[in-house]
Amino acid sequence: MKPILFTNGRVVDPSQHLDEVTSLLVQDGRVAGIGLDVRAPDGADVFDATGLVIGPGLVDVHVHLREPGQEDRETIATGAMSAVAGGFTAICAMPNTDPVIDNQGAVGFVKAKGEAAGLARVYPIGCVSVGQRGERLAEFGEMAAAGAVAVSDDGQPVMSSHLMRTALEYARTFGIPVADHCEDLPLAAGGAMHEGIVSTRLGLKGIPAAAEEIHVARDIILAGLTGGHVHLCHMSTRGSVELIRRAKDQGLRVTAEAAPHHFTLTHERCEGYDTSAKMNPPLREAEDRDAIRAALADGTLDCIATDHAPHHYDAKEREFDDAPNGIIGLETALSLALRELVLSGRMTLPTLFERMSCAPARLWHLAGGTLRRGSVADLVVFDPGAEWTVDPSRLRSKSRNTPWAGETLPGVVHATFVGGRPVFVRSEPGSRKAHRRPRPHPPATG
Amino acid sequence: MNAADLGKDLVGLEPLSAAQITAILDTAEPFKEVSERPIKKVPALRGKTIVNLFFEPSTRTRISFEFAEKRLSADTVNVQAAGSSVSKGETLVDTARNLEAMRIDMVVIRHGSSGAAQFLGQRIRSNVINAGDGTHEHPTQGLLDLLTLRDRFGKIAGLKVCIVGDVLHSRVARSNIWGLTKLGAEVAVCGPSTLLPSHVADLGVTVFGRVEEAIQWADALNVLRLQLERMTAGFIPSLREYNRVFGVTSERLSRAPKDLLILHPGPMNRGVEIDSDVADGPHSVILPQVTNGVAVRMAVLYLLAGGSPDWANAGGEA
Ligand SMILES: [Zn+2]
Repeated sequence: MKPILFTNGRVVDPSQHLDEVTSLLVQDGRVAGIGLDVRAPDGADVFDATGLVIGPGLVDVHVHLREPGQEDRETIATGAMSAVAGGFTAICAMPNTDPVIDNQGAVGFVKAKGEAAGLARVYPIGCVSVGQRGERLAEFGEMAAAGAVAVSDDGQPVMSSHLMRTALEYARTFGIPVADHCEDLPLAAGGAMHEGIVSTRLGLKGIPAAAEEIHVARDIILAGLTGGHVHLCHMSTRGSVELIRRAKDQGLRVTAEAAPHHFTLTHERCEGYDTSAKMNPPLREAEDRDAIRAALADGTLDCIATDHAPHHYDAKEREFDDAPNGIIGLETALSLALRELVLSGRMTLPTLFERMSCAPARLWHLAGGTLRRGSVADLVVFDPGAEWTVDPSRLRSKSRNTPWAGETLPGVVHATFVGGRPVFVRSEPGSRKAHRRPRPHPPATG
Repeated sequence: MNAADLGKDLVGLEPLSAAQITAILDTAEPFKEVSERPIKKVPALRGKTIVNLFFEPSTRTRISFEFAEKRLSADTVNVQAAGSSVSKGETLVDTARNLEAMRIDMVVIRHGSSGAAQFLGQRIRSNVINAGDGTHEHPTQGLLDLLTLRDRFGKIAGLKVCIVGDVLHSRVARSNIWGLTKLGAEVAVCGPSTLLPSHVADLGVTVFGRVEEAIQWADALNVLRLQLERMTAGFIPSLREYNRVFGVTSERLSRAPKDLLILHPGPMNRGVEIDSDVADGPHSVILPQVTNGVAVRMAVLYLLAGGSPDWANAGGEA
């Protein structure tokens, strides 16, 4: 692999408090040096990054890749392609596939498929419970040895407090977090959207904010009891944010994520029974969305995770009650975060990289999340000033269920590198309506 | 815009203006007279094909629509979910495409999911009339309640109407709230808190916790049907207790400061939400509601087909 020298780019890396226009050298798949005095070795390719941002590749701890079992919606390869097109260099695959990933063989399958795709790093997440039935613990030890980076029954909450306690205790042995989908099922039962004025008007059964918050409170209490690491998935309410803030003040091992749709959209988006706005947890009220934004800015919420949830093209073409939950998110996450959090002045670009790269990599012990000398060269190069229009038919994901179809968003990913290898290079600069002049392509590796 | 222009579909009363609602009620007046004739038929919809697409059984609403359609001389087809392709897993999209391919003029749809009528209306060129979608709206029921109130009181503005019972699961309640408030009535709801939507007060209605308070306040009560499933689902402990606490009884009504008009969308659970002597008593307008149901449905079908309110008068002589 030829060395690559990135020149004139704005290199942003909060892991070393770096934000300056400089040069960055990648050699043998690793970051070999940063600085204006770094020279290209003989035979190196030069990537002119003038006007572009270079940062550690984005890391998403919550995606649904649908393989095995629902390959008509997404495969590990298409999901990984969608990831690198969105600037992600590492993604963690939730285990609620068909069959579920609840043993070392299944974990190995996901890992092998990810490696074969050779795009983003694909990290398997194993189930908390056998068959994801919420009854008895899956084999965390064997799954961790096979490559599982966390355990989760996502899609379903771990309803049994006893099971959650034992999961948190047992996961400590292997140093992996237990990621929980927080939803008190009897309280949320049958709900199709957030319980509020919009659900009242539309005559749809609501899911109260309390259904999430009760479960968050329980998980925090169990984290205190066990000393285990609980990771709270897709937080959506202001009450959850308050509970997490208090837990962190007490020094508990609680980490939490929020999804782009929860810091962007509100329940009004369900008006007209728009199934592209149907998700679980549901879109909440403006006050909730604002609390999520503020919590991402101040670090109460550690990271942004997409909850990328592909569905077949016609699955959402139905009655709101019966439509499936979720949207795809890998290719729009960076742009939405730029628009809602950075360009709006709520956080700086380095903080954005902390939430989308450094923190998830550090908290879940994944490769990447830093451009320190000697670390793997997982990085994203994007143009924060250019815009593109979301055309679902042009997205790399196999599915098209996005609520942002037709919207023009800021931030165009030019290239994504994993281990120093270009896994995504924007081939058609005009196709995303990049308003800057086309950049020369980075060279292929030797 | 012409007030009688309702657009392509009638999915609810929420999207309508007061003028549009009044135009429907005014158009219903001459159609009431048609139903009193020996030959109860006008040629207004001759040659039009209407499908009554019922995904839930509702004999009463379907028969009312069918009479309305036949009295307007339309050709009608009834499709019941049971025994048709819709019960064999065909999606609503496919049903819509098939209806479109058959070039029908209007669809009257009753469906268990909120939003189903709007969903259908957005996918076919035919006019769609909502005959009840989930717990959302039942606009023709709301209209017939308005017509019945207007018949008795001469106007809607300023009336105090309380909707009593299971508002949470009621499409009738939402259509009543929109229709009444748009025409200037004061609206209240009353029932156990477990059966009131969490944000109902934000719809601009007063909330009464006790039926006695509602009876002191109201000019008319619209008493909703309480379904047995609400007890098994844990919303109320028992039907017996419901009747004790929330039942509209003659004993409670006797303490009202004035005679209250009693409406009920039917079918009634006598002895649960309403006592028989109230339902059959002098202040009950439950049977006039049924008669008005046919007239407002004729008006809606006629206006959606492009008829003008004036022609409805002329049509009465045809
Ligand atoms: Zn989840």
